[in-house]
Amino acid sequence: MNDGTIWLPEQASTLAPEIDALFYFVYWTSIVLFVGVVGAMLYFAYKYRRQHPGERPAPVKENKLLEISWIVIPTILVLIVFTWGFQSFVKMGTAPPNSYEITVTGEQWNWSFTYPNGTSITNELHVPVGRPVRLKMSSSDVIHSFFVPVFRTKQDVLPDRYTYLWFEATETGTFKAFCTEYCGTQHSAMDAKVVVHEQGDFQQWVKTGGGVADMPPAEYGKVLYERQGCNACHSLDGSDGTGPTWQGLYGTKNHPLSGGETVTVDANYLRESILQPGAKIAAGYGNVMPSNYNSLSERQVTSLIAFMKQQSDKTLDSGGAPLEGSAGAAQ
Amino acid sequence: METKERTEHPPQGSPPGREERLEHGDDLPPGHEAEHNYLNHEKGLMSWLTTIDHKRIAVMYAISLSVVFLVAGLLALAVRMELFTTGETIMGADMYNQTFSMHGIMMVFLFLVPATPAVLGNFVLPVQLGAKDVAFPRLNLATWYIYMIGAFLVIGALIVGEIDTGWTFYAPYSTSDAATTADGGAVMFMTMAIFVAGFANIFTGLNFIVTIHKMRAPGLTWNRLPLFVWGMYATSLVQVLATPVLGITVVLLFVEQLFSIGIFDPTLGGDPILFQHFFWFYSHPAVYIMILPGFGIMSELIGTFSRQRVFGYRAIALSSVAIALLGFLVWGHHMFVSGQSAVASIIFSLITYLIGIPSGIKIFNWVATMYRGSIWLQTPMLYAMSFLFLFTIGGLTGIMVGVLSVDVHLHDTYFVVAHFHYVMMGGMMIALLGGMHYWWPKMTGKMYHELTGKIGAALIFVGFNVTFFTQFILGSQGMPRRYYDYPVGYETLHQISTVGSWVLALGLFSILGNAIWSLWKGPKAPANPWAAATLEWTNTTSPPDPHNFHHTPLVTRGPYDYHLADEVFGEGGDGYSGDGAGDGSARVPEPPEPEPAAARS
Repeated sequence: MNDGTIWLPEQASTLAPEIDALFYFVYWTSIVLFVGVVGAMLYFAYKYRRQHPGERPAPVKENKLLEISWIVIPTILVLIVFTWGFQSFVKMGTAPPNSYEITVTGEQWNWSFTYPNGTSITNELHVPVGRPVRLKMSSSDVIHSFFVPVFRTKQDVLPDRYTYLWFEATETGTFKAFCTEYCGTQHSAMDAKVVVHEQGDFQQWVKTGGGVADMPPAEYGKVLYERQGCNACHSLDGSDGTGPTWQGLYGTKNHPLSGGETVTVDANYLRESILQPGAKIAAGYGNVMPSNYNSLSERQVTSLIAFMKQQSDKTLDSGGAPLEGSAGAAQ
Repeated sequence: METKERTEHPPQGSPPGREERLEHGDDLPPGHEAEHNYLNHEKGLMSWLTTIDHKRIAVMYAISLSVVFLVAGLLALAVRMELFTTGETIMGADMYNQTFSMHGIMMVFLFLVPATPAVLGNFVLPVQLGAKDVAFPRLNLATWYIYMIGAFLVIGALIVGEIDTGWTFYAPYSTSDAATTADGGAVMFMTMAIFVAGFANIFTGLNFIVTIHKMRAPGLTWNRLPLFVWGMYATSLVQVLATPVLGITVVLLFVEQLFSIGIFDPTLGGDPILFQHFFWFYSHPAVYIMILPGFGIMSELIGTFSRQRVFGYRAIALSSVAIALLGFLVWGHHMFVSGQSAVASIIFSLITYLIGIPSGIKIFNWVATMYRGSIWLQTPMLYAMSFLFLFTIGGLTGIMVGVLSVDVHLHDTYFVVAHFHYVMMGGMMIALLGGMHYWWPKMTGKMYHELTGKIGAALIFVGFNVTFFTQFILGSQGMPRRYYDYPVGYETLHQISTVGSWVLALGLFSILGNAIWSLWKGPKAPANPWAAATLEWTNTTSPPDPHNFHHTPLVTRGPYDYHLADEVFGEGGDGYSGDGAGDGSARVPEPPEPEPAAARS
């Protein structure tokens, strides 16, 4: 495993070594040219420094050979670099035919990933090692861009068409994906976890809907709390966020709403608030919760509410149940 | 070194008026009065606001642009400060997004694009041509008013509209009301304001093209034009041809917004990539509007302070024009990962390399100019050498991001941020600062403090590299740009970068202090403190007469032919500039203060 250098992060895809080789070719060529230019400049500045204000040096004759050489040699160099870059660019743009396809949707400010069997997950991309994966991407609002530094790959995600990106991971582990097209307030928080599994583990993960098929509701709710991005706005420790904290929320009587009336926080109120966030808004908060949670399944809503109830029953112990989905992810 | 020894000639007679001048102890061209110059021949605010003197207009631009640069620079410091730690340091996410947007928009559209043509172009270009003014002096004054209106509209829109789109205004983010803290209307207003400011550039470019074609002094052939004039000529071509595209974009935005015709907005059936094509079709040539005048300044500095003919004069002159024209054909290299067709990306990458060659030629020629020269390490030359250092890095990293597959990794990361700051600030801004030091004695009639100038140049050089070199590493490690918050692993490099920005700011403020000191109690500048050989130094006073010249100069040699420049070195020549003193070198000034030995290494 390549741990990365001062310049580049570790390599975790089949494309990365090739891109890095080209990076370092340009890098070392640049250093040679830079040292030549700056070295000559400093040497001349010392050697020919003015020692008397009246100096009138003889004019230096033009040298056609020299001038032609510093046109031709750089041209050859850049054509080498162009051709090399062109070849690897074509490779990056052409997914192998046996690629495993995952659908990606970007929206302000979440990534959601849908697998061929319908399993879907937010802000976590799980992929197998050693198999080409092709992401079929689109956006539901503005332009985003999906970037995985360790894979050396990036592609803008557009609202009016599909764009594609492929990679073949070479290392298991957990990596980071960023949004790299500026998309507003939470642009810098629009990242995702990329989890590369062994092939067998990945098959198991997809088959169990992300390793959650047999989980008890409250435990599954905890997984959803992270995967669906609830944790971006709702804390579990009582601290304030974009939305109300879930600590001790369930069961609260006389919970104030923005209209002035109050409500008792029970399962039905929470269900409504998840599926129709704008129906009743807690006092002191804006109507900013995304409405796409109405696509959650019945089991998912129930599990989330069970998890929220748990936050009133006890303080979340930091250990919690290990996520089955991230088995094999630890490096 | 025998090549540096000057040959002695006896003074050739006594030109008319010389005796009287020597009695007064003044060193002035014939007919020029000592205390009558463009700064003091008329007084009062109205004499400035209604002036059609290109030199006064340049001064008004210099003041306005300095204010813009100060504000936009302080915003940059705020951005760096916020990034000092992860999470919130001094402001929230929305505020941060608005701050970097304001910094980018003001720097690019209100400062970098107009700065050099408006200040140094306006002041120096007509004098270098031996002309009394530009071709259309009233139009020239109008550009200042248009610029001011544009600037107030832009700054107003930034503040009132809370614009957070970055300087690139990518649709549909910028056109949707819901997505941004601004709304589509504010962004439309902003683009219109930028176009208004852009009109000032179109008129300035037009003015310069006509001036260069029609108002050259007798004997000033195209092959004898100072390279600053060539740089401004190439710049003007781009200004006149590229800026109207900005206008077309504004019209399309209006049509879309007012009549709901889908052009850029996908919800109406438009194409967001089309917006990027329009945007970069203007904004990439605009990069050359920013850097080409810097190339022109560089040639003047390197030639004067090496006292050597600029090596490869024609290659430098024509490469500017080549860059100006090729600059229209490379815009797509900003869009390798945008979703544009792969074939287009490949062609744009190839042309991008072709445009790298003329820039490389210039660098090699400038270094070759120093060979067997007589190099005087005054502040402007330190800036010129600083430029060679920084712009070479900027150019080489431009080759890096031009590689199709490597750009996929580097696009929209701090690597790109560092690259364009090396080109824009390390290139254009350093050249402008060098040029301002160089022409300051001519503009104000006062010398600046040399040692303070050198310390300022050193602080800027160090501060700049600390600030932006770290950003190359951040970027290639994957740190995306326009991030309010970042993973904790990037924190150390961000902190080094922020500390560098303080050093950079200190250097810039030292220049401001030096300028104020110079105006207040700086020593009086001689007509030609650098022993330069172009017309603004040899044939005008410092500061120049309102009409620049009393007699149209006759040009008999190239701009850097020091071996022929007897009028500079006091051996006859045009009959007024030499003083005929026994040692024959009185026109060549002594350095204002002893050279610190350290500055020579």
